[in-house]
Amino acid sequence: MIWSKHSISSPSRTDARLAGWLSIAAGLAAAVLVLIVLFLLHESWPVLNRIGWLRFLTDAAWHPSEGLFGLAPMLWATLASSTGALVLAGGLGVASALFCRFYAPPSAARPYRRMVTLLAGIPSVVFGLWGLTVLVPLIARWQPPGASLLAGILILTLMILPTVALTADAALAAVPKAYLHGAAALGMSRSGTILRVVLPAARSGIIAGLLLAAGRALGETMAVLMVAGNVVQTPHSLFDPVRTLTANIALEMDYATGEHRAGLFVSGLVLSGMIILLAVAALRFGGARSHV
Amino acid sequence: MPRLSLNRYLSALSVMLLVATTASIPQAAERKLVLTGSSTLAPLVAEIGKRFEQENPGVRVDVQSGGSSRGIADARSGLADIGLVSRALKPDEQDLKSFTIALDGITLIVHKDNPVQTLTDPQIVDIYTGKITRWRAVGGADRPITVVNKAEGRSTLELFLHHFQLKSGDITAHVVIGENQQGIKTVAGNTSAIGYVSIGTAEYEVSQGVPIKLLPMAGVDASVENVRNGRFPLARPLNLVTKAESEGLVRQFIDFSRSERVHDLVEAQYFVPLAH
Repeated sequence: MIWSKHSISSPSRTDARLAGWLSIAAGLAAAVLVLIVLFLLHESWPVLNRIGWLRFLTDAAWHPSEGLFGLAPMLWATLASSTGALVLAGGLGVASALFCRFYAPPSAARPYRRMVTLLAGIPSVVFGLWGLTVLVPLIARWQPPGASLLAGILILTLMILPTVALTADAALAAVPKAYLHGAAALGMSRSGTILRVVLPAARSGIIAGLLLAAGRALGETMAVLMVAGNVVQTPHSLFDPVRTLTANIALEMDYATGEHRAGLFVSGLVLSGMIILLAVAALRFGGARSHV
Repeated sequence: MPRLSLNRYLSALSVMLLVATTASIPQAAERKLVLTGSSTLAPLVAEIGKRFEQENPGVRVDVQSGGSSRGIADARSGLADIGLVSRALKPDEQDLKSFTIALDGITLIVHKDNPVQTLTDPQIVDIYTGKITRWRAVGGADRPITVVNKAEGRSTLELFLHHFQLKSGDITAHVVIGENQQGIKTVAGNTSAIGYVSIGTAEYEVSQGVPIKLLPMAGVDASVENVRNGRFPLARPLNLVTKAESEGLVRQFIDFSRSERVHDLVEAQYFVPLAH
């Protein structure tokens, strides 16, 4: 019983002190979230109190200086751009992960994986600048004005693609070897193995990665602001310019005062609500993953 | 992102730090200037204030934004030593003294390859309200017009709306931009776009070879020179206002703000310095 002093059941004084510090640090991290939500509520309270929640959804337009606070078109724009990017990046990302794991020779797969990791580190404003000077004029030649929902979706796709590809790759790597051996023993083809065995087994991991990417897409500001046109309207086609909730805050915050400013905090509140819902969903999938 | 935004954040940060330090460290011998008002002017005046503090030890300059009307009200009530007002004084405000420290002018820009050379005021209004939607109607190519507008709350938008007697709800835009730089890049990348930006920025970008063209307004060429000599119509003065004849420190600050020593700060905010 030499080890008893260091066991978890009877912690030493150093352990107890460490546990104390760690719990304070953890408590601070958790408190930040609560404080942010409280701060958003506090800052948006003046306008919420006066005109109520509903007006933000029912007002026809966003003209804070004229007392109109309709956020709904921006809510749709945010959802549309994120969903579009998620569909594109989801398909491409999972395909690239499958290629990397099952088809590419190891000499190609490793550098490829490194490059995807590097892609994840490129700052969003660089994507935005490229979009503004290359992508938007390209679309404008075809369908003016160019700055559009489509441009936003394409830029977001580029940005979240590495997240999807890397998490999908990790999920595929986590599929137990025994499954693959079993499939091989049954004489299944490679495509059959991928479709019937690997993908179902890695499903929850891939979905968790997609939810993570969705969080990034919803919160992305600078790149979308530079390419999406920022006109407050409900998009009816891919070529309509749109403004997302994040772009709304970034565009107007510098100059907003009074109720206009409070209205922008409501944008932030709505956005945080969406991200929190997404995080809860991701947690549930993450939990489901451990049962596989 | 364009430098301007960073500047604004930094100046906002410095104002906050300034407020924090003045509030927390009581210094008996310290003299303090309080300036409030226009959010257009606040970043510039905050920069001027910093330089003024360096040259006059023991002086603190406190700048708060809140709109030109707050500048008028605070200067009248004595809450602020100096009010910041980004327009000329109205007839019922003649009890105050105003001192112009810089000028702000905006110009309409189109792509260099756009054959349109000039637009009349009614044509500009019709383009921005969606009554004219193709360049052919104003003598250009048969292409749809891409209307580039500024985001709500920007001072250039206010000046534009005020000049053309429009409300922001009247405008049907295809692209909404924040900073001047974004507007210039948008127009430079789209041959059928029209936008408006600060004259100082646009002139600089043209000299750097960016493919945009400044349109004259009411026959007057868009140039910093024409803003300075008062001929360009789409311009406004940026004023410091005081209640009574100013003296002492207030006078000193006003003279400093109007001097050549702050020209670089004025130009860094894309405003036009006064002629000397």
